[in-house]
Amino acid sequence: MTHSSHKAASGRGDDVPRVLDAVWRIESPRLVATLTRIVRDVGLAEDLAQDALEAALRQWPDAGIPDRPAAWLLGTARHRAIDALRRRTTLQRKAEELGRDLELEQGSARDLDAAIDDAAIGDDLLRLVFICCHPVLSVDARVALTLRLLGGLRTDEIARAFLVSEATIGQRIVRAKRTLSEAHVPFEVPQGADFAARLASVLQVIYLLFNEGYSATSGDDWVRPALCEDALRLGRVLAGLVPDEPEVHGLVALMEIQGSRMRARTDPTGRPIPLLEQHRARWDRLLIDRGLAALARAESFEGPRGPYVLQAAIAACHARARTSDETDWRRIVALYDALAQSAPSPIVELNQAVAVSMAYGPAAGLELLDALATEPSLKAYHLLPAVRGDFLMKVGRFDEAASELARAASMTRNVPERNLLLERARVAGEAALGAEDG
Amino acid sequence: MRVMILAKSQPGSENPTNPTTEAVEAYWKFHEELAAAGILLAGDRLHPSSKGARVRFEGTSRTVTDGPFTEAKELVAGFWIWQVRSLDEAIEWLKRAPYDGGEFEIRQIFDQPTAG
Repeated sequence: MTHSSHKAASGRGDDVPRVLDAVWRIESPRLVATLTRIVRDVGLAEDLAQDALEAALRQWPDAGIPDRPAAWLLGTARHRAIDALRRRTTLQRKAEELGRDLELEQGSARDLDAAIDDAAIGDDLLRLVFICCHPVLSVDARVALTLRLLGGLRTDEIARAFLVSEATIGQRIVRAKRTLSEAHVPFEVPQGADFAARLASVLQVIYLLFNEGYSATSGDDWVRPALCEDALRLGRVLAGLVPDEPEVHGLVALMEIQGSRMRARTDPTGRPIPLLEQHRARWDRLLIDRGLAALARAESFEGPRGPYVLQAAIAACHARARTSDETDWRRIVALYDALAQSAPSPIVELNQAVAVSMAYGPAAGLELLDALATEPSLKAYHLLPAVRGDFLMKVGRFDEAASELARAASMTRNVPERNLLLERARVAGEAALGAEDG
Repeated sequence: MRVMILAKSQPGSENPTNPTTEAVEAYWKFHEELAAAGILLAGDRLHPSSKGARVRFEGTSRTVTDGPFTEAKELVAGFWIWQVRSLDEAIEWLKRAPYDGGEFEIRQIFDQPTAG
């Protein structure tokens, strides 16, 4: 294997740990996917990839950074895979499989590149996606494993993103890999009826990641843009791997359009700004255009619209309106009707009530909300009293509005959001006093 | 984070000849790799500066100059916008671009106007 001396005036190009960190982020998903195909165990595959990474950290400072770092890592990891499998005589059958794989792949370094660039890598990557989001794992484990194996994030980065300790994430990942191994989860793309359900699980994990970044459920930052970017990136990768699934394009469209509002959603002090009060010039046109294009692609398929396509279509109504007054609320109500059919949930009904109040007046919205008041799954959901407080305010029931908003404030763990709700409760309280005085 | 990759103009890019089929194929292959990795947001080649113009601001006056412009080193021949996790990742991607000459500049884009 050839090594080049990287000419780097700043020294940045020679900084092996930094270069390796970047190479790892780019290559680790494909590396782990290829190795999993060879050793048929995602946990072992990741260990081998990590070994190769450590070998690079030791060798590259002296030998120089290889011209094809990805091929170097794969070649090194594969040698280790062969050693590991040969040592494990009980895995004779796997060794035979490996022998067959090797026969197929044997050759020069050029072929190693081919092994990485090959279209087959897309299949391996997709198999890895389905393994990371396998239903045998808890949702928390799916999220952690996805960030780790598909996002190329380190354990400490995942821990930071979710505000839990590094040890917790580390254990979660170890347990997840063990669970997959013990359950003998095959390295394959699910077929037939299974495919839709498994894909739904993948989409759920990606959207969960996005939402955790988009409106963090806890902590001092209301948004964590890096997590949204990771989710978007995974979504785009998935759209390339399964281009014929409208819901994948729907999810990408939804995330691109929601992501376009990122810099308009908070004021300089980090206080959240509601959608209709956002300065639309700050919306990111590039992401909106990408989102609308992805939505058009999703809608080009025949058949009923799935929940992600419908949500993206709703987001697109906002994106297309130059001012909040121009919003096509009646169309949004119709889309929420369709969404309530295709994926009924109290949260959808809550949003539907908001749309109805915008299209047909707050009294109509309030009626829908009152029907939700006894919904057990919304009992701890702060947005229900927040929205209800808003409607009550609009119909002039200030006293009730103030107590609903204060209740909403007491129910959220997110500090900037709580402060905003307290502020609105205060305004409502003053309006109530003013109404009494008048 | 987002970066913009600026392809610096070089002798020839102001008077472009048709690139070879191989070069075009290699370019599109790279383009597809960027898209498949989910990092490519936008990108295009730019027409020669002879088809452009400059507007110079001095107080309230605006002076318009038509192209072409001669300071070839300051000209931009194309651009990409990528979403990456670090400048190092952008460097690593750019090193893989199928070019055998020329210079590219990586600049970070402000993501949060309020943070600037």
